[in-house]
Amino acid sequence: MSLTSDPPVGKATSPADGGSRAPDGGHDAHAALAVVPVRHPWRWAAVAVTAVLVAQFLHGLVTNPGWEWEVFARFFATETILRAVWITLQLTFYGTALGFGLGLVLAFMRLSASPFLKGVAFTYIWAFRSIPLIVQLLFWFNLAYLYRRLQFGIPFGPGFFSFDTMGLVGAMSAAVLGLALHQAAYAAEIVRGGVLAVDEGQLQAAAALGIPKLRQIRRIVLPQAMRSILPNAANEVISLFKGTSIVSVMAIGELFYQVQVVYGRNGRVVPLLMVATVWYILLTTVLSVLQHYVERRFSKGAVR
Amino acid sequence: MSADLGEHGTTAEGGAPSEGNAAGAVRAVRDAADPAPGQAGPPLPDGATAREHRTPAGGAPAMVDVRSVHKSFGAHEVLRGIDLRVRAGEVAVVLGPSGSGKSTLLRTINHLEKVDSGRISVDGALVGYRRCGDRLYELREREILKQRTRIGFVFQNFHLFPHLTVLDNIVEAPVSALKRPRRQAVAAAERLLARVGLADRAASYPRQLSGGQQQRVAIARALALEPKLLLFDEPTSALDPELVGEVLDVIKDLAHQGTTMIVVTHEIGFAREVADTVVFMDDGRIVEQGSPAEVLDRPRHDRTRAFLSKVL
Ligand SMILES: Nc1ncnc2c1ncn2[C@@H]1O[C@H](COP(=O)(O)OP(=O)(O)OP(=O)(O)O)[C@@H](O)[C@H]1O
Ligand SMILES: [Mg+2]
Repeated sequence: MSLTSDPPVGKATSPADGGSRAPDGGHDAHAALAVVPVRHPWRWAAVAVTAVLVAQFLHGLVTNPGWEWEVFARFFATETILRAVWITLQLTFYGTALGFGLGLVLAFMRLSASPFLKGVAFTYIWAFRSIPLIVQLLFWFNLAYLYRRLQFGIPFGPGFFSFDTMGLVGAMSAAVLGLALHQAAYAAEIVRGGVLAVDEGQLQAAAALGIPKLRQIRRIVLPQAMRSILPNAANEVISLFKGTSIVSVMAIGELFYQVQVVYGRNGRVVPLLMVATVWYILLTTVLSVLQHYVERRFSKGAVR
Repeated sequence: MSADLGEHGTTAEGGAPSEGNAAGAVRAVRDAADPAPGQAGPPLPDGATAREHRTPAGGAPAMVDVRSVHKSFGAHEVLRGIDLRVRAGEVAVVLGPSGSGKSTLLRTINHLEKVDSGRISVDGALVGYRRCGDRLYELREREILKQRTRIGFVFQNFHLFPHLTVLDNIVEAPVSALKRPRRQAVAAAERLLARVGLADRAASYPRQLSGGQQQRVAIARALALEPKLLLFDEPTSALDPELVGEVLDVIKDLAHQGTTMIVVTHEIGFAREVADTVVFMDDGRIVEQGSPAEVLDRPRHDRTRAFLSKVL
C-alpha cells in the first residue's frame, strides 16, 4: 500500500528506458522523453499527521485496560448474545420483507390512474413518515388497549372468526408490524422513484409490442427500476438493521436489549457495548457485500 | 393509397364522406351529435362518431382506414380531421414539418394515443373499440394489447430493452403476448436477425451496438410478431448520417416483399424510391397526398412546396 499517489522517486518513468525506441528526432521525440511526475510535499505532511493519530488510536484500543477485551471475548459469542443476534436478524428480515412488499403495493397505488388509490397511498406515506418510529411501536404494543378484538368477516357485517388482540399482537409481532409499516412508507417512495426513473419509451415499446401489463412490470419495468432502487434499498435495510435496537424499549430480547441486560447485571458497560458494536459492524459488512452482488446481477447490459 | 383519393385527397378538410350515416356512438357520450365535416368544434371527449366500414371504391380493402380523426392535447388540436387509407401491400410515406402531428397520427393507429373523435380500423377491425349494434364499446386494455400485436411500431429512439440481450428483446413479445413456445420464438428470432444482417449479435446487449444496428434489432423485434402493418416513426432521425443507409435498406427490403407500411421520415430520396403514396401533413391536416411524382415533383400546394424546398 503506498501512502500517497506519488510514484517512487527512483522510478521516474521513462519510456526510453526500455531502449527499444531511441529519441531519434521527428515528432516521435516527445514520446521518448522521461516524465518527472509532480511531487506533493503537503500530502506527505498530511499523511504523517494522520498516521500518528491512527497509530495513537490503535495503541489506545490495545493498551487501555478500560476496553476490557477479555470481557468482550468472554461475552462475544455466548448463547444469550447469539440468540439476541438471531432475533435482531429476524426483526430485520421480516421488517424488510413485509415493508418492501407493502411498499411495492403502495408505490403502484401512487402511480395508478385512480385518484382514490393515489390519495390513500399518499396519506399512508404522509402519516407513517410523520410519526416517530418509537411512538408507533408503543402504539402497536398497546393495540390491545384500542381494539380488544380483531374480527374477520364482511366489512361492517357479521364476522366469521375473531382474535383477542392480546394474544395476536405479542411484543415480537408488534415490533415486526411497527417496523414493517414504518419501512413500507419509505420503501414505497424508493420503489416509486425507481419506477419513475425508467425511461417512458420503455413502457411505450412494451405497450406497442402488446406485452401483457403484469409482464411489462415484472420483466421490463422492475428490472430496470432495480438499478436505482437497490442502492437506496440497501441503505434502508442497513438502517433498519441498526434501527431494530429501538425495539429494546419493548423489552424484546434483541441484541441491544440483551447487551443492556448483561451490563446491567455485571456493570461492564464498555466491553458489552463493544460486543454489540462489533456484531452490528460485522453484519452490516455482510449486507454490503450482499448488496454488491445483487447490484451486479441487475446491471446486465448497463455501461455504468 | 386508394381510388377515392381524387374525391378528397387533396385536403382533409373535405372531412368524412356523407353517405355513411352516423351509425354508432360511444357509450360515454350518448347524444353526441355527429360533428359536421370540416368543422372541428370543441373536442368531444370520447365522442367518436362511427360510420359504416366501407372498402374504398374499387380494389383491395384498406389495410388501414382512418376516418375524420381528431385529437387534441388540452386546448391544442393536433389532428384536425385526418382521412387516410392504405391498402394491403402499400407503402405510405408521411412528410411534414415538425409539430404537424405525424407522430400523433401514427400513435393513434395502434392506440398508443386515444382519438377524440373519428374512427380507425386496421385490417377490418376497429382500433380500440368493439362495435355492438349502434354502440362502440371501449376495449379492455388486454384486448388493446392483443390488437397491437398485429401492428408493428418502430420508434425514432429504438427503445430496445437495455437489460435484455438482442435475442431476448426479439423473443419477449412472441413468448409473452402470443404465447409461442420459446424454442420456436428463438428460431424465428435468429432468422429475423439474419435477415437484418445481425446474426452474430444475438447475445449482445443493445448498448454494445451502434445506433444503426440497434434500429435494425428494433425492426426485427417488431417483425417477430408477424404484424399485418408496420409503422415507422422517423426510424433514421436519431442516426449518424453514415448509418442511415443500412436501416433504410432493411425497410426497402420489407417494402419490396409487400409489407404494408406507414413511414414517417424526412428522407425524400427514400420516399421517392419506395412510396406508393406520399402524404404531406401540416398543422394537423393532410394537405396533399398522391404518388411520389405528384407530391414531390408537382406539388399543388404552396405549403408542400415550401416544405420540400427546405428539406430537398
Ligand atoms: N403527450 C402530449 N401532450 C401534449 N402535447 C403533445 C403530446 N404529444 C404531442 N404533443 C404536441 O402535439 C403536436 C404534434 O406532435 P407530433 O409529435 O405528432 O408532431 P410531429 O409531426 O411528429 O413532429 P416531429 O417531426 O417533431 O416529430 C406538437 O405540438 C406536440 O407538442
Ligand atoms: Mg414525431
